[in-house]
Amino acid sequence: MTDTLAPPSPGVEATLADPLWRVRLRLMRRSLKLNWKLFSANRIGLIGLSIIAIFAAMAIAHPILMATQWSAQIYHPVTGYDAPAVEKLVVEDVTDPLTEIDISTARIQLNPFIDLGDTVSIRSQPAPPTFTGPTPHYLGTDPLGRDVLSQLLYSTRAAFSLGVIAAVVTVFIATAVGSASAYFGGWIDTLLMRFADLILLVPLLPVLIVVSALFNISLPLLGLVIGILSGFGGTAIILKSQALQVKVKPFIDAARIAGGGHVHLIFRHIIPNVLPLSFLYMMFTVTDAISLEATLSFLGLLSIPMSWGIMINVASTQGYLLSGTDYWWLLIPAGLAVSMLAASFFLVGRALDEVVNPRLRHR
Amino acid sequence: MTMPLLKVDSLTKLFPVQRGLFRKPIEFVHAVDGISFEIGSGQSLGLVGESGCGKSTTGRMLTRLMDATSGQILLADNGNPVDVAHITRDGMRTFRRRVQMIFQDPYESMNPRRTIFDTVAEPLTVQGIGTVTEREEKVADLLRLVGLSPPETFLFRYPHELSGGQRQRIAIARALVINPSFVVADEPTSMLDVSIRISIMDLMLKLGDEFDVSYLYITHDLAVARYMCDRIAVMYLGKIVELAESEELLSNPLHPYTKALLSAVPVPDPSFKRAPVEIKGGIGKAINPPPLCRFIERCPIATDVCHNNDHPPLEDKGGGHYVACYLV
Repeated sequence: MTDTLAPPSPGVEATLADPLWRVRLRLMRRSLKLNWKLFSANRIGLIGLSIIAIFAAMAIAHPILMATQWSAQIYHPVTGYDAPAVEKLVVEDVTDPLTEIDISTARIQLNPFIDLGDTVSIRSQPAPPTFTGPTPHYLGTDPLGRDVLSQLLYSTRAAFSLGVIAAVVTVFIATAVGSASAYFGGWIDTLLMRFADLILLVPLLPVLIVVSALFNISLPLLGLVIGILSGFGGTAIILKSQALQVKVKPFIDAARIAGGGHVHLIFRHIIPNVLPLSFLYMMFTVTDAISLEATLSFLGLLSIPMSWGIMINVASTQGYLLSGTDYWWLLIPAGLAVSMLAASFFLVGRALDEVVNPRLRHR
Repeated sequence: MTMPLLKVDSLTKLFPVQRGLFRKPIEFVHAVDGISFEIGSGQSLGLVGESGCGKSTTGRMLTRLMDATSGQILLADNGNPVDVAHITRDGMRTFRRRVQMIFQDPYESMNPRRTIFDTVAEPLTVQGIGTVTEREEKVADLLRLVGLSPPETFLFRYPHELSGGQRQRIAIARALVINPSFVVADEPTSMLDVSIRISIMDLMLKLGDEFDVSYLYITHDLAVARYMCDRIAVMYLGKIVELAESEELLSNPLHPYTKALLSAVPVPDPSFKRAPVEIKGGIGKAINPPPLCRFIERCPIATDVCHNNDHPPLEDKGGGHYVACYLV
């Protein structure tokens, strides 16, 4: 007889005397621990998570720095102004625009009596990074004399909040739509899935451009729009296919025989089995939302004071976009931030995929 | 005459396979085709047949996982017959308390994200029976009864932490936790190791007596059916072809299909020479079958009577031995 009646391997110890909620809490903690073990075995996920942590620290750092170190007059990301003086040599032919100035320009703009070889002090904007002086600008200032580092940190918060709103809305809608569609089938399924197809067919960017022309799109509203479009569209289709797989499992029949109604079956059986995949697609939605926000604010279509996209937009409208790496501090910090944050959520998603999808795990 | 616990009368299930213009079905799979049987209180009936003969469909109709196309299922409720097909909302609650099911696959019949306690207590929870503490005690009692003790070590496990045999014990506990009077067991031992099977079957027999439960035991294994059941019904392509007391059926098979099935049972004797299996071909299709005996294409003894008449009725050939064959 090999029917193992011996208790299984040690796990959560519980006695009948323990209140149920405490046992459940312990179970939850254990499953969290197990999942963390699986997740942390994957380097990709840890890299993504640490990048997210860095950005989170940046987001938190901004209000602290504004309160303690930076005066609003100089460092405010939108209204601050500081143009540090730069010494420039007056020359005939300019080879380095950062340290040299053309003699005719200097005579017209600054001082008609200036000579070759003189140095002039110019309050310039944009100014390259400065590390000394009473008001250092570690990433320089933008064409309007505002501190780039302050803008970068300030925008992190907006990017995070946008991502979170979009992701949460997506997960809510997509899980509900996917589960309902798979569970009920019939005309509900047809209606929801054809609607999803319709949303997939609509080109997102042009629609958002039109919408932003008609309405004043703020950041939470944009998150909501992205969440709704993703939630009723592609993500809903993916989650529906997962819910369909769950729906035909015998434990659904067993629950029905136990007397469970629609609500019980959907909320206790189908959704808990779809939820891991929902969280995975939540990560991918964050990635989409961050890049989309950067695109829209670069095009100047969002009514928000500052964001990474707006930083690039300012550089572009002031004519610094095509100047190569001469004004790198106007483009690279913001561009890198967008790419890195979007990529980090994607990496976390990829690692979560392996936790959720046992078939992808390395043996 | 008193009402038996369960009375099934010309139960039929047709599945549309092809639809014509305006989605009007034109072809049907006759999965279950007018079967009738009775199960008395505390009795158990084995439903035996090849895969695809409609035994699981019958079980699903009896538990109302599926609605019958036609026919009647009557379940005795304090001696009064209740038509299962036209059950009311309130009636459904009582029905779910009285009829339970044990599934074939112990790995798929439990939600992997719910603990054993949640799974076993589910019938009590969804029907709002008892308080949480009472449910916990009830579940612990059941776990002890099915041989999983101490219950505390199992209550808050997840199904994947248990072996197949342990899970099937859990499934039995779940089916019995609300004291049903009728349990459909859909091949509960077919996915288990042979060594575990007998202990699970003994457990079901023991608890069946203890809880006064009637079983409809669906299986493809005649030996299992004989061990578990008082009576056995042999199904072929949606029809019951023979129904008799277990020992009678096995010692004195009358229908040519039953005879062929029995001749295929392995004998533990290497020098045993098997009589050649008489039936030919494979199981036929149940899509719009012609009005003839379902077994006619494979029957070794079919005559003109069979070719000129509809499927033979299930008739008592003496002593409660029912056979559907013109030539017996």
